Amino acid sequence: MDIAERLLKHDKRAAARLISMVENKDPEGLKILQNLYSHSGKAYVVGITGPPGAGKSTLTDKLAKALRKEGKEIAIIAVDPTSPFTGGAILGDRVRMNDLSTDKGVFIRSMGARGHLGGISEATSAAVKILDIYGVDYIFIETVGVGQSEIDIVKNCDTTLMVMVPGLGDDIQAIKAGVMEIGDVFAVNKADRDGASRTAREIEMMLDFNKNVAWRPPVKMVVAVENQGVDQLLESIMAHKDHLMSTGGFELKRQLNAKSEVVEMIKERIEHAILDNSHNEVALEQYAKQIVSRELDPFTVVENLFDNYKSAVSIK
Amino acid sequence: MDRPIRVLVAKPGLDGHDRGAKVIARALRDAGMEVIYTGLRQTAEQIVNAAIQEDVDCVAMSILSGAHNTLLPKVVELLREEQAEDILVIGGGVIPGEDIPYLKEKGIKEIFTPGTPTQVTIDFIKANVNIK
Repeated sequence: MDIAERLLKHDKRAAARLISMVENKDPEGLKILQNLYSHSGKAYVVGITGPPGAGKSTLTDKLAKALRKEGKEIAIIAVDPTSPFTGGAILGDRVRMNDLSTDKGVFIRSMGARGHLGGISEATSAAVKILDIYGVDYIFIETVGVGQSEIDIVKNCDTTLMVMVPGLGDDIQAIKAGVMEIGDVFAVNKADRDGASRTAREIEMMLDFNKNVAWRPPVKMVVAVENQGVDQLLESIMAHKDHLMSTGGFELKRQLNAKSEVVEMIKERIEHAILDNSHNEVALEQYAKQIVSRELDPFTVVENLFDNYKSAVSIK
Repeated sequence: MDRPIRVLVAKPGLDGHDRGAKVIARALRDAGMEVIYTGLRQTAEQIVNAAIQEDVDCVAMSILSGAHNTLLPKVVELLREEQAEDILVIGGGVIPGEDIPYLKEKGIKEIFTPGTPTQVTIDFIKANVNIK
């Protein structure tokens, strides 16, 4: 049986292998995903994001367990950073999810961000589709620990859970633009620590600025390691799901996601095409030297590279 | 194909610390590999499930407790049951020399005892993984 057939038959190894193929840009893998694409779209996708050490993995573990009690099948994609110097990575999110590794109804996949800066990797979106075809009810995407502007997750999921912790900054942090704006549900984890209720209040205040919104994100206090508040948090996630389903927001959100997925893929393709065409590193290094010595400016370089690319394409 | 080698670094059994495993994990990372780290006190089943889901090229196990003759072959056996015998399995830690031939016979491809330079392990993995 080939990978496509096995994937449709809920074969773990086929799913795992296909994710690798797509992650490694194997054209055969992309072809399989293309052919099976119509089988995806059934799983509900929850993105979990927040700063490093906020407890995203632990909370993901607890949320997955709560859903397992309801008999749901779960997939978890956990993204960790890749070294910009060696391309290597330590993917350590499984450490917090050990009990789940022998649960047949759970599939966990770790991914290195591989140079992608938005909090997830380039192949994360494809991995979601593969696990969806493989057949699970819920997919959790856990992002890299984020700072202030890594918001790619929101374009890849249905509900975004923002995990915060007390003690990271004052209320001015809460009103800045960026990651704080993308949460559909907020969790204040480590809520047994000093300052937790203040953090929650600051988030509430920030949310109160947004008048006339159809969905006012709830803010939930949790202590993930103690499994406190997890059921209530899950209820809030489900409430957001129900809200999307009942208002038509779900279709709209998926359309927005599809649109940005296409735009992303175009960007990648153009980037690769232009850089491959300019004969890559050597040419770039040469340009860089000229820019630093002020013989050239970056604007002209980009113009030139574009022109080269366009004439190369028209020759074809 | 130019892609990072994926390695599962696992600690089977009841060891109390994972200093050595972390050193190896870091060294493999610096050699450009993607290291999936699972932490302490793993059962053979947990290790094999993780290896399958993560589609790794290599399972590297570190063990200090003395249970190597039971746990390491168990992992190889379970991988075989899952038709995943193409995954390279190696071991390290406190393992007496006289046990090494037995472990190799059971399908653990190499054993790295204390004092092995990390580069030796890196080179071995690079030379022996089954890149599909």
